[in-house]
Amino acid sequence: MSEAKGKVRVATVWLSGCSGCHMSLLDLDERLLELARKVELVYSPVVDIKGFPDGVDVTFVEGAVGNAEHLHLIQEIRKKSRLVVALGDCAVTGNVPSMRNPIPREEVLHEVYGEGEVPGLEEGEVPKLLPRALPLSMVVPVDGFLHGCPPPAERIWRFIQRLLSGEALTLSGEDLRFG
Amino acid sequence: MITLEIDGRTVQARPGQTILEAARAAGIRIPTLCYLEGLSPRGSCRLCLVEVANWNGKLVPACATPAEEGMRVVTGSQRLKELRRMVLELLFAERNHICSICVSNGHCELQDLACELGMDAVRFPYRFPGLSLDASHEKFVYDPNRCVLCGRCVRACSEVEGAMTWGFAGRGVNTLVEPDLGGPWGESETCTGCGKCVQACPVGALAERGVATAEQEKRPQVLAEVTERRPRV
Repeated sequence: MSEAKGKVRVATVWLSGCSGCHMSLLDLDERLLELARKVELVYSPVVDIKGFPDGVDVTFVEGAVGNAEHLHLIQEIRKKSRLVVALGDCAVTGNVPSMRNPIPREEVLHEVYGEGEVPGLEEGEVPKLLPRALPLSMVVPVDGFLHGCPPPAERIWRFIQRLLSGEALTLSGEDLRFG
Repeated sequence: MITLEIDGRTVQARPGQTILEAARAAGIRIPTLCYLEGLSPRGSCRLCLVEVANWNGKLVPACATPAEEGMRVVTGSQRLKELRRMVLELLFAERNHICSICVSNGHCELQDLACELGMDAVRFPYRFPGLSLDASHEKFVYDPNRCVLCGRCVRACSEVEGAMTWGFAGRGVNTLVEPDLGGPWGESETCTGCGKCVQACPVGALAERGVATAEQEKRPQVLAEVTERRPRV
């Protein structure tokens, strides 16, 4: 697990979600300082880096896989990460982004953007919308699941402690509550 | 009295009592979903499956199987844990169970079961069916996206209220609970508006009109409270 200074190389990614899970991550508050001594954040919405790096130990993924860019990124993440963790209900079950799934993609986009030029219908400046927003595990193998919309900071902390101590990435009881 | 063994403990049951009733009386927890005290058992959700060791490990629904003399019941083997979890995953995959926006969030038997049975993820592809919500009733709302087809509403309506408004339509994964052979609930000629179906529903499929996310708390025990007060015939 060691690269620079023996720290765990961690990435966080935000796909089709609302950033609430990342807010919950920030709710770790002063524990973030303790975490900073043990992990190196190598890719994240709060890190200024363009491409997803190689040799990541664990990537926390918020959000469902909703468009072509997400699909490309999650496959790259899977190749370059030893562990992939679904962070929050959207990544675990599809959650709110999946509410459009029973409706045809074209109908959803026209409802939102009207009859003019519709972004996301085809690949362009805006990535093409997939027919369905999918939970991560329907696209790539996933090693750990953090339930909640968003997962409470305490739950994230318990999970991270298991991760750092090399225990199985499984939570139990109330920590498995969706919503 | 009948004497049987549940998880190695000697337990007694009255003739006619089910394995589930004997287990509950002895303080042994067996997960259930379609079972509700006060209603007839159906054995349809399969979450209360147990093994009968001296029937070659045969799987039986505890809620619908009478306790028998000398029966040796196992309620928590690895095989049962795996089967129950699979049943639960299939329930989640079948409809659109979006807990975060559900009226029953935090007060839901399906959500509780995910915690109890250790369901971290669903291994089956979600179906994402397109089902319409029925908000035509003046007091209640029916959202089939959240329905688990346990039939507790159907039984509450026929066995306790006697209105027989609710029934099953269609087959297999396409089954729907419907009022009065289909059609809007608000136009039902048989519904008395008593709300027993709402209280019996273990999830957010049947809810009171106007409740917002996480506000729908229910009292499913009201069905047993009503039936216990009735004179026995």
